[in-house]
Amino acid sequence: MTFTMLTPEFRIERDQERCIACQVCVRQCANDVHVYDADEDWVYSDYARCVGCHRCVTLCPTGALTIRESPLDFRSNANWTAPRIRGIYKQAETGGILLTGMGCDQPYPIYFDHLLLNASQVTNPSIDPLREPMELRTYIGRKPDRVEVAQGDGGVQLKTRIAPQLMLETPIMFSAMSYGSISYNACLSLARAAKQSGILYNTGEGGLHRSLYEYGPYTIAQVASGRFGVHSEYLETAAALEIKIGQGAKPGIGGHLPGEKVSADISRTRMIPEGTDALSPAPHHDIYSIEDLGQLIFALKEATNYEKPVGVKIAAVHNIAPIASGITRAGADYIAIDGIRGGTGAAPTIIRDNVGIPIELAIAAVDMRLRQEGIRNQISLIGAGSVRNSADVMKLIALGADAVYIGTSALVALGCHLCQKCYTGKCNWGIATQDPYLTKRLNPNIGSRRLANLIRAWSLEIKEMLGGMGINAIESLRSNRDHLRGVGLNQVELDALGVKAAGIA
Amino acid sequence: MKQIYVNEEYCIGCRLCEIHCAVQHSRSKKIIKAFKEEAPRALARVLVEEEGPLSFAMQCRHCEDALCIEACIVGAMHRDEETGAVLCDEDRCVGCWMCVMVCPFGAIQRNLAGTKAASKCDLCHGEQIPACVAHCPNEALTFVEVKAGGAR
Amino acid sequence: MRHVIVGNSAAAIGCVEGLRRYDKDSPITIISDEPHHTYSRPMISYLLGGLVDESRMAYRPRDFYEKHKVETLLGVEVTRVSPRERVIFLAGGGSMAYDRLLIATGGKPFVPPVPGANLKGVFTFVKWDEARQIARYIDEHQAKSALVIGAGLIGLKTIEALLARGIKVTVVELADRILSTIFDPTAARLAEIILRREGVELRTKTTVGEIIGRGGRVDHAVLRDGERVNCDMVVFAIGVRPNTGLVPTDSGIQIERGIRVDAHMRTTAPGVYAAGDCVEAYDMLADSYHQLAIWPLAYRQGNIAGTNMAGVERAYEGGFPMNSISVCDVPTISVGLVEPPDDGDPARYEVLDDYDRETLTYKKLILRGHRLVGALFFNDIDRAGIYTGLIRDQADITQFKDHLLSGSFGLISLPKDYRKHLVTGSGIEV
Repeated sequence: MTFTMLTPEFRIERDQERCIACQVCVRQCANDVHVYDADEDWVYSDYARCVGCHRCVTLCPTGALTIRESPLDFRSNANWTAPRIRGIYKQAETGGILLTGMGCDQPYPIYFDHLLLNASQVTNPSIDPLREPMELRTYIGRKPDRVEVAQGDGGVQLKTRIAPQLMLETPIMFSAMSYGSISYNACLSLARAAKQSGILYNTGEGGLHRSLYEYGPYTIAQVASGRFGVHSEYLETAAALEIKIGQGAKPGIGGHLPGEKVSADISRTRMIPEGTDALSPAPHHDIYSIEDLGQLIFALKEATNYEKPVGVKIAAVHNIAPIASGITRAGADYIAIDGIRGGTGAAPTIIRDNVGIPIELAIAAVDMRLRQEGIRNQISLIGAGSVRNSADVMKLIALGADAVYIGTSALVALGCHLCQKCYTGKCNWGIATQDPYLTKRLNPNIGSRRLANLIRAWSLEIKEMLGGMGINAIESLRSNRDHLRGVGLNQVELDALGVKAAGIA
Repeated sequence: MKQIYVNEEYCIGCRLCEIHCAVQHSRSKKIIKAFKEEAPRALARVLVEEEGPLSFAMQCRHCEDALCIEACIVGAMHRDEETGAVLCDEDRCVGCWMCVMVCPFGAIQRNLAGTKAASKCDLCHGEQIPACVAHCPNEALTFVEVKAGGAR
Repeated sequence: MRHVIVGNSAAAIGCVEGLRRYDKDSPITIISDEPHHTYSRPMISYLLGGLVDESRMAYRPRDFYEKHKVETLLGVEVTRVSPRERVIFLAGGGSMAYDRLLIATGGKPFVPPVPGANLKGVFTFVKWDEARQIARYIDEHQAKSALVIGAGLIGLKTIEALLARGIKVTVVELADRILSTIFDPTAARLAEIILRREGVELRTKTTVGEIIGRGGRVDHAVLRDGERVNCDMVVFAIGVRPNTGLVPTDSGIQIERGIRVDAHMRTTAPGVYAAGDCVEAYDMLADSYHQLAIWPLAYRQGNIAGTNMAGVERAYEGGFPMNSISVCDVPTISVGLVEPPDDGDPARYEVLDDYDRETLTYKKLILRGHRLVGALFFNDIDRAGIYTGLIRDQADITQFKDHLLSGSFGLISLPKDYRKHLVTGSGIEV
């Protein structure tokens, strides 16, 4: 073993009284951590290789294993924490950019955890969701400035032509995750669950696999800077199109799928040669101004006969509000904003952890700005970037989002343990990998069931919370910041969110 | 009758089915005791075949036209009328291995360390759901109703 | 519809089970010259050797006849069949009419005309009662040694039973090797090594010339070449011939060496079926009709006969030789052809083998064109049935020929659609 200062990150504790040397851990670890010694008839482990994915722990039939973060202590140092020291060791050894997966894990403030929801009491009764219908249905798309109706023999008719809308049974959608960064089985699980739950999923920048075309009505097709897999049938099949400008985990830079992960199937889907790196450039090389963006939006609308909503996905950065305003005026039907905590299959750690702003602030800023400009109705806002539970959904909607995208939560539902090693392609759970040994582990029957369960569970909780607030429709919560109060926030933050402090009526 | 359906697309080659089958057929039926203390260890009646990334669990198909029942010289192989399963009466079996000779799935093993009899899947005689199906972490094994007409 | 079955072994029981599956009520009568409840004939060597007692001899539970509504006439011999009148005649007078008849009389041991073959202490070994007789003879006369004539399947089992009783055994075989019908020279040699290790004296390419008696009992034997063999008893284990004595020559039932049957197990006489060791049925590998005295085939033929007798059409696709036999605890399985035949086209055949002298393990496969026609396993017999299945299906093995003898050969080595056809079941046909 070559010398390294990178001591193991994890320590594996194996209870030898429970271990029956069945070797399930040996077979299931993609990193070859566990080894069976036939002479001694026991299993031992190489800690250095462990990434903390818990596959072995979960499958061990006697519960003999557990994983601990390595107890190696440096002298206490609030500034030079262990990860920072290790980061330098790694760069000194490799001379390269440090890569990572999933979302920013640094201790920046999580505004969701500083916001509290209201409930009704006495002066304003709550609603019982078991007795009253709760409307979670949400329409994504450009809403008209005014609506004209005509009274006729057939009753009331709508005269105004409304722009194409997406109908969601609940204000949650699956975020963009490309086929290539995740496995085919993961894509299929998302597609099936979207169909079952009456929502949509997003292809990400990898194009759409032929066999998933049947889920077209539940698909948002992304057009990213690499234009992978973008052809006319791709556009026709989807329910909506989304131009990807940026992503919360790595604002301003492009994407990279290493050639080893470009298999025959991915090559066909992305329309690139097998084995070549799939590079998505930082800007779209045909979008250098807001007018260019407008041109692409309308090119897509023309190509699909103005029948589908065309949205734009951007990362949450400092001047998010004027950007959003510009996009609205450029003709997009919705804007998806991805905050700093958004996940990724591979990104430079330094960018993931230091670039961008939290989605709570971004949505609040954009919502308030568009209202100020009197154009809020012209666009739907979708918020993303570590929405972790149904309360986060509620809070983001109250801050101004029409709906949310969930990425990390969806993958965790599929089995992700947030070991952050997606970029190695050795995802033990069969999610962020193309290795056939590993992709088998995600059975789409089970995956889609788990995702649909998640959506169902959150929707039920949302109904409970809405009822508790005395509201019976999710659209009554949208931008309704009076239902939020902040705790532990200073006045600047409260103003940025447009929210009062807790304790103030 | 209900039959174990094998789905090679989802088998991950973990062999938990083999482990739990052995436990189910052990004396104590407790996994740690069965593996650490019982000797001889109980034989699993399901076998995982593996080649590259392809793997699947194989066990007796409880064929409608069971060749092992035809071949058995002592009538130890017989059909359970209730479950439709093909069972081996290990007390009657004399270890002639005619069944091993005719089973096209190679699903019958010789229990040389233990009873010296033919050993094979018995659909976990008496249990609601066979142990292998219950413990497959990826639903590669399912227990489904099969129309009359079975295998072979 | 009255069904009568002559015989009470594998084919007869197969017939009852086949019949009763489709016809729960028509009367069935079994007539057998042996007085026993149906028993497993191969078990007689275990019985003689003392490895099982008489309580384990039954082939089906005690309530079998009652449950299946079968009347039995045991210990009664059928002397003649008259297909024109649909009547059978019993020894001691008496007759029985039938609508459907199954002849499942099995085989009769062949005893050549050797001087001294009528002496006390000379036996054949095919029936339960013979096992008892031999055991009694050994005990009464403190027999210490025996001569076994014939080293085929019956011979081997006889040898093992006698060894288990502590008898010193000499065996003579006319062929150049023992078990010549199921082993090639290599496997036979391995078997000989094992037998010699157990103290068996083996003489090939010879047979008995004369058995010499004293006081009416066996004293010793002399082989054809003049060698003297000390033995207190002699067992003829040369083989069995189809037991067709009850079929008169003018009956209209065609007999070659055994009773000729078609794919529905029908003889040439209407209403008369036959199955088991007494017939000549179709051998799908040899593409000819001849006797195949194999337990699973007898059962299957009987079962198919019973199905057809119940009025349900079912055809016999044909059988082929298949034997699972242990040579003193070393298991062996031999299926199909043992050697490529001299049928004038040796290029059609290919032999694949794997021989390990250290562990006495031998595997041999015979291919005819793209199909498997023979499989021999000595000592390592696990999952041999997969090969039997490939022979039975006459599957095209081209795609996985290189894997056939690998240790990891299994269903996974087979092409996916063939495997799915086997594994999925539920009436999915290839």
